[in-house]
Formats: sequence, structure tokens, C-alpha cells
Amino acid sequence: MNFQDLIFYFFSGVLVLSALGVITLRNPVYAALLLVLAFFTSAGIWLLLEAEFLAITLVLVYVGAVMVLFLFVVMMLDINLDRLREGFWKWFPFGALLSLVLAIEMGMVLMGRQFNLDNMPIPQPHQADYSNTKELGRLIYTEYVYAFELAAVILLVAMVAAIALTLRYRTDKKSPNPSKQVAVKREDRLRIISMPSENKE
Amino acid sequence: MDYTQQLFEQMFGADWGMTAFILAKNIFYIFVIVVPLLLAVAYLTFAERKIIAYMQIRVGPNRVTFFGIPWLRGWGQPIADAVKAIMKEIIIPTGANKFLFLLAPIITIAPALAAWAVVPFSPELVLADINAGLLYILAMTSLGVYGVIIAGWASNSKYAFLGSMRSAAQLVSYELAMGFALVCVLMMSQSLNLGDIVKGQQGDSFLNWYLIPLFPMFLVYFISGVAETNRAPFDVAEGESEIVAGFHVDYSGMAFTVFFLAEYANMILVATLTSIMFLGGWLPPLNIAPFTFIPGIVWLLLKIAFMLFFFLWFRATFPRYRYDQIMRLGWKIFIPITLIWILILGVLLQLPDSSKELFPLNLWFK
Repeated sequence: MNFQDLIFYFFSGVLVLSALGVITLRNPVYAALLLVLAFFTSAGIWLLLEAEFLAITLVLVYVGAVMVLFLFVVMMLDINLDRLREGFWKWFPFGALLSLVLAIEMGMVLMGRQFNLDNMPIPQPHQADYSNTKELGRLIYTEYVYAFELAAVILLVAMVAAIALTLRYRTDKKSPNPSKQVAVKREDRLRIISMPSENKE
Repeated sequence: MDYTQQLFEQMFGADWGMTAFILAKNIFYIFVIVVPLLLAVAYLTFAERKIIAYMQIRVGPNRVTFFGIPWLRGWGQPIADAVKAIMKEIIIPTGANKFLFLLAPIITIAPALAAWAVVPFSPELVLADINAGLLYILAMTSLGVYGVIIAGWASNSKYAFLGSMRSAAQLVSYELAMGFALVCVLMMSQSLNLGDIVKGQQGDSFLNWYLIPLFPMFLVYFISGVAETNRAPFDVAEGESEIVAGFHVDYSGMAFTVFFLAEYANMILVATLTSIMFLGGWLPPLNIAPFTFIPGIVWLLLKIAFMLFFFLWFRATFPRYRYDQIMRLGWKIFIPITLIWILILGVLLQLPDSSKELFPLNLWFK
């Protein structure tokens, strides 16, 4: 056992515990915060695998943006725990079935031939000047360019749809139009009149 | 160095000696970076009070001194403030979530300090010379928002919560513009390594710095940086005239001070990153004799101080933005500007090599 193993076990322990916390804790804010911790520690494990681009992107995108919005929504909800527990036993068989299917699928992937040590040997450590980001960029923009572009277009469509759903022009709103305000000239508002000064006496 | 390494190997055995040595060495280097940084933070608060005071025709702090030396009047102020903050009681409000309430200031300051790991002070002087340095910086600065959100929620107060909501929306919006501005920098330098970004700006004079070809991006990045640090004129998260003091209204004593320090540490970080990515980092403004005698780290510190002055200047000059106009500036002005500039830069990068040898282009596209 060396130092790297120690770090791995530490991260894995934190990851498993926080992931357990996400599904067992009652308070959704705690659950969301533990999910953040889970993302962060899995980024640490990815760093151990020399996947620094993926690890940092996980922190940047999921922790830095997605979970902030999650937390934003969860904190503003008025959570009634009694209502959350309603219908637990009614939906229990469905949930149990779903998790069973999930467990079987995960087992099939992990037990299968693709993932044993013969097919997936320990990755060779790279040189210090090896840039993970550059290699990933090269792959994405050459071999997988169509899949990548397709994913981008799907995301764009989703974004446009989200904006289209929420965009409505109200006629009675009173908020000022900044570009109009900026375009105002002195002549529109102010008139300078030249008039003779009056004598005091 | 060799002697210390041998000492560690004798103490912990051959296997663990090396690990312990590397750990101890890194912890030592972290102290070498963080201790001057915290001192700089303390004296930045002093500089701010002094500079704003002179801008408002006052004198600012001019009493506390060391050992009664008259010409050091005022210079003891940050130390006195720190002692005062440590002595004060941390009051935890009723109904507040104690654990998260005390965790929030720590979460705020940790990323502000962690980001310094990849900052190059000179060609050799960097704690972690990693290839994805720019991404690491972006990831770390995006974590600061959690401290604010958690503080607002854990305080169990409406004003604090309003402040944290404002801040969360603002930070997520400006991160986009900031990220796009940095995309331009990495398109120019073809590298995510901060040291390589500075080396890409090397040349005869300051004309080679990315400030010139990426001037709009420099403005976008720096203004977004001001917004990210919740400084005036973007300080609606605190907004003392509207929501008392925003997310840290219920904090007192050292817990409040940590928030305060995190804000100033973030300011120094943004100023440093602006200097590294747009102002040529440790490079002198002219690559000729009198300028090159001065070591690179001095140039970097001068540039940081120059950028920090703008933060203070802004605070003394501009009134606070209205909230909807902050959002408008971020989404409707900065993001389109950055997207257009990325397009222009892409075209410039794809120009044939012969046209890249023409005068202004040959400075930046090597």
C-alpha cells in the first residue's frame, strides 16, 4: 500500500458515504450538498486516473453551475416532510423493481468480460508533458465530430425550447428600456433659452 | 534539500520517507504562498481605506502605529482590526443551522486560496505546474458561490437569503462571460498552462501582450471579475441600503472576518489572473536593459497592484447597479461580445501563414 492507495481509499470512502447520505437524508438541502461532495470526491478519483480534464470539468460544470441551480431551487421550496412520505408504500413495488433492474444492469456491465483486469489493465502513467485536454480535443473533433455536433445541436434546441416556453411579452410592464434611455440626447430633455439678464433695481 | 530528504527517510523508512518528504515540501511551499497572501489581504484593506479616503478628501486610518513610531501612523490598523475580530464573540442566531453556518465562511475562503496553487510567479516559481491550469482556476473560482448560498440559507434570515439568491444568480451569469473571455486567451496561447500563456506573450515590448489583440476580452474579464468578487458597483449581494448586509448580516466576529478576507483574497486573485493572462505576467513592459534587471516577480506584483487599484477606484466612483441591469449587462452585452470575438479570433487563426507575417499580426500569432 502506498500513498496513492491511501488517497484512493479516502476518496472512495467519502464518496460512498456521501452518496448514501444523498438518498437517506430527510432534508433535501443536506442531500443536495452531499451530492456536491460526491461530485467533488469523484473528481478526485478521476484525477488519480490522470483524467484531469474530465475531473476539472466535472467540478466546473456540475459543481460550479448545475448544483448551484439545484440548491437554488431546493432552498426556495417549502418542504413538507409528511407530504413527501405520503404514498411511500403505494409506490414501493415500482421503486423496488426499478432499483432491481438498475442493479442487474450494473452487475452485467461490471461482471462482464469488458471490465476484468485482462481487458482493462492498469493504465500506463503518461509523461509529465502529456496533455489530456489536447488528446480529448483531437478525438472529439476528428473521430467523434458528428456525435459531438449532434449533442451540441440537441442542447441548443433544448435551450431554445426552454426560452420559448418562458418568454412572454407583457404589454403592461413598466420597466424602462435601457437602450432607449442611453440614446436620449440633451436636446430631448432640456431646452436652453437665451434671455437677457434682468437688472436688480 | 538532499539532507532533509535523508532525514525523512531515516524517520519514516525508505518507502514512506519520499512521500513524507514531498508532502512536507509542498506544505512548506503552501505556507510560503499563503502567509504573504494573507498579509497582503490585511494590507489591502488598509490600502482600500487610505485610497478611498484620499479620493474623498479625508485622511483615513492614521492612529494605530508600531512602538509609537510617528511615520508609521495607520500601518498598525489591519493588525489591530484582526486582534479585535479574534476577540469578538461569534453569535449564532436562533434557528440557524450551526454546522453549515460555521462551514460557510470556510467554504468561501478555501477556493480563493486553493486557486493560487497554479499561479506562476516567475518561469520557475510555481507550486503546481499543471497542464490544465486555466480550467483548474475556473473550477476553483466557480466554487466560491457555495459559501454565499450556504451562509444565506443557514442564517435562517430573510435578508441573508435574499442576498444569497441575488449572489448565486449573479455569479452563475458572470462566470459564463468570464469563461468565454478565457477561451479567447487559450485560443491565442494554444495552451491551458498558465506558464505557457505568459510565455506566449513574450516579445520585444508590451505590444505582444494579449491586452492589445484581446482588449474587449480584457474589459469583459476584468468587469466580470469585479462582479464575481461581489465588489462595488456589483455588490447587490450585500446591498446595505436594500437588504442590510445581505448574506453575512447575521455573522459576527471571526466568522464575518473570514468572509471579509475571502472577498479581498478573491480580489487579489482576479487581479493576478488578469495580469497573467492579459498583461504578460512576469514579463517586463520593454525587453531592454533597465527593465530586464528587475526580477520578474516584481513586475508581476506591480501589475497586480495596478489592477487592484482599479477595484478600489471603482468602489469610490460608481453607484451600485440596479439588479436587472446587472443581469442585462452579463447576458445581453458581455456574452454576445465574447461570442463575436471568439469568431473573429477563429478567423484570424485560420489565416494563411504568409498573412500572419504582416506587421501587427506577427506580434501575436507565432
